[in-house]
Amino acid sequence: MASLWQPRTGGLLALAGVVAGLPLILPNAFYYDVAILVGINATVCVGLNLLIGYAGQISLGHAGFFALGAYASAVLTGDHGWPPLAALAAGAAGVGMLSFVLAQPILKLKGHYLAMGTLGLGIIISIVLNQEAGLTGGPDGMPVPSLRALGHTVAGEHAWYALVGLVLIVSVWLTLNLIDSPVGRALQAVHGSESAAALTGVDVIRYKVLVFVVSAVLASLAGSLFAHYAGFITPAEASFARSIELVTMVVLGGMASTFGAVVGAAVLTILPQALTAFQDFKMLVFGAVLMGTMIFLRKGLVPTLAGLIRNRMRSGRA
Amino acid sequence: MHARLSFRWLIAAFAIVALAASAVTASAAEPIRLGAFLAVTGKGAFLGDPEKKTLETYVEKISGEGGVLGRKVELIVYDTGSEAKEALTFVKRLIEQDKVDAIIGGTSTGETMAVIREVEAAAVPFISLAGAAEIVEPVKKWVFKTPHTDRLAVEKLFTDMKARGLTKIGILSGPGGFDKSCRTNAMALAPAKGLTIVADETHGAGDTDMTPQLTRIKGAPGLQAFLYCGFGAPTSIVAKNVRQIGLGVPHYQTHGSASMSFIQGAEGAAEGVRLPAAALLVVDQLPADHPQKAVATAYRDAYTERYKEPISTFGGHAYDGLFIVLEAIKRAGGTDKAKVRDEIEKTNRFIGADGIFTMSPTDHLGLDTASFVMVEVKDGTWLLLN
Repeated sequence: MASLWQPRTGGLLALAGVVAGLPLILPNAFYYDVAILVGINATVCVGLNLLIGYAGQISLGHAGFFALGAYASAVLTGDHGWPPLAALAAGAAGVGMLSFVLAQPILKLKGHYLAMGTLGLGIIISIVLNQEAGLTGGPDGMPVPSLRALGHTVAGEHAWYALVGLVLIVSVWLTLNLIDSPVGRALQAVHGSESAAALTGVDVIRYKVLVFVVSAVLASLAGSLFAHYAGFITPAEASFARSIELVTMVVLGGMASTFGAVVGAAVLTILPQALTAFQDFKMLVFGAVLMGTMIFLRKGLVPTLAGLIRNRMRSGRA
Repeated sequence: MHARLSFRWLIAAFAIVALAASAVTASAAEPIRLGAFLAVTGKGAFLGDPEKKTLETYVEKISGEGGVLGRKVELIVYDTGSEAKEALTFVKRLIEQDKVDAIIGGTSTGETMAVIREVEAAAVPFISLAGAAEIVEPVKKWVFKTPHTDRLAVEKLFTDMKARGLTKIGILSGPGGFDKSCRTNAMALAPAKGLTIVADETHGAGDTDMTPQLTRIKGAPGLQAFLYCGFGAPTSIVAKNVRQIGLGVPHYQTHGSASMSFIQGAEGAAEGVRLPAAALLVVDQLPADHPQKAVATAYRDAYTERYKEPISTFGGHAYDGLFIVLEAIKRAGGTDKAKVRDEIEKTNRFIGADGIFTMSPTDHLGLDTASFVMVEVKDGTWLLLN
C-alpha cells in the first residue's frame, strides 16, 4: 500500500490512469488536440525539469532544441524523402551531439551566465531558422508530411492521443528511474552544493552534461512528434518566449517534481484556451493567474498541494 | 474526511459546468455560425485589428436587420496573436467545439497555410484573408481568399513601369511568405513583360537598416526603377533609406504598403512612391461611375462611424470574405457545407471592397488586375493615378 505513494509506482500508475481515462470525458477532437499539445509540452518539461529541478541548471534555450527536432523531421521527410522515424532519430542524434558539444563550455558557466549561454544558443537557432528561408521556409514556416511508420500512417486525433500519451508515460518512467538511480542522487548532490558534491567524488561536469543532453534529446523528440502532428511548423517554435514558457511550466508545476512538470505543462497549455472568453484581457488574466500561483504556492503547484494534503492527513489522524 | 468532501464537491462542480456547457451548445443550433481566427494582437495587428472590427460591425448590423434567411448571424473570433502555431488549435476549436458553418481568417499567409490540411480534412468552407498566391494555387477544394495576390500586384506594377518606359528593375524583398512570393512572381513575369531584373537583393526579419542592399541596387548597371516586395514596418524603413542614399529612380511598392502607417512611418520619405491598391483606399477620388464607388463609400462610412478611425484596405478583405460567404449561404438556401462551398465557387460579379469577384473551379480568388488602381503618395496622402 505504501508503495502506491512512491512516485515511481503510484504516481506513474496515476498518470497512466489519467491518460487512459481521459478519452471517456473528452467530448470532441478539439479537446483531444489540447490534450495532445499538453502531452507534447509535458514531455519537454519532464526533461527540462531534470535539468532545472535536479541539476539546478536553468536552460533558456530548450525551445531551440524542440524546434531543431521539428525542423529535422520537416526537412528530412519533406524535402529529402526520409522515413519519418529515421528523420526523428537523426534529429534527436543531431541535437544530442550539438548539446553535448555545447554543454562542455556552457555548463562550466554558473548561475546567470549559464542562463545567458543557453539563451544565446536558443536565439542563434531562432535566427538561423528565420533567415535560412531556402531550407526552412523562413518566418512563414513549412509543411510537414504525416507520420508514417511500419506501413501505417498516424492520422486523426485519437491515434495521436494514444501515441503522445504513450511517449509521455515512457518518458516519465525513464525520468523517475533516472532520478532514483545513483545518477539521480549525484544530481541532487550537485543541486545542493557543487563543491560538496565534488568533494564526495561526484564528477560534477559529467553529470551536468549528461542531464543537459538527455533533456535536449527529449525536447527534440517532442519537437519531431509535434511537427508531424501539426503538419506545419514555423520558427516561432524556437522563439525566446517559447523557451520562457517551457521554464514557466516547470516552475509553476513545481521544480524537482516530475509530475509537477506534467501538471505545469497541462495548466499552461489549457489556460490560454480556457481564457479566450476574456478576449482582449486574456493576457492580463493569464499573468494574474501566474503571479497568484507563484505568490501563494511558492514551491509550485504539485509540491505545495502535496504538502497540504500530507499535513491534513497527519492532523486528521492525530 | 474534509479532503474527501471537497473532492466530491469538485466532481459535482465539474459535472455542473459540463452540463451547462452542453446545454449552451444545444440551444444555439439556430443561428448561422461564422468562425474567424485573426491576428488581432502581435506584429500582424495592423491587419487583424481592422479585420475583426469589420466583421463585428457587419455581423451586428446584419443580425439587427433580421439576419440571413431569417436566421441570426453569430460570429466567433479567436486572436492568434500573429502566431501561426496558434492558428491550428483555434481552427480545430471552431470546427469541433463551436461547430461553425464557415471560417474566415488567417490574417497572414503562415496562419493560413498552417490550417489548410485541417480545413480540407474537415470539409468546411474557408475564406483566407492573406496575400500569397500559393493559398489558392494550386486550387484546394474548400479554400478561397479575398485579398489580391502578389502576382496581380506585380503585373499591375510592371504594366505601369512599361508605360513609363522603365525596363531595368532592381528588386529588394523581405523574408516573409508574401515577400518571397512577390519576388518569385516578379522574376517569372519580367521576361514576358519585356523587363530585365538588374538587381535582386533581400533583407532579413527585423532588419532596421537596408542601406547596404540599396547601395548595391544603386550600383546596378542601367537601373531605371526600384521595387520593394514586403509589408509592415520595413516598408517605411525602405522608403527612408531610399531617400537617404538618393537612389534617384522611380520607387514602387506593393499593396502591402497601402495603409496610412506606411506614409506616417516614412516621415515624408514616402512622397512619390507608387503602388497598386484597392479602390477603397482612394474612395473619395473615385469617379461617380466607378462600379465600386457605392460599396466602398458605404463601407468607409459604416467603419469610421463606429470606430472613429481611418479605414485600411485590410478591413476590406474581411468585408469581402464575410459577404461572399453570406451571399453563398443565401443562394444555397441554408448552411449545408458542400452546397455553400459550391455557391462560393459560383460567386459571379460580386462587387466588394477589393474589386469585382468572379470565381470558378479553377480560380478561388476571382480578381484580376482591373481590381487594382495605381496610386502615388502625394502631400502625405494617396493620389489616384489614371
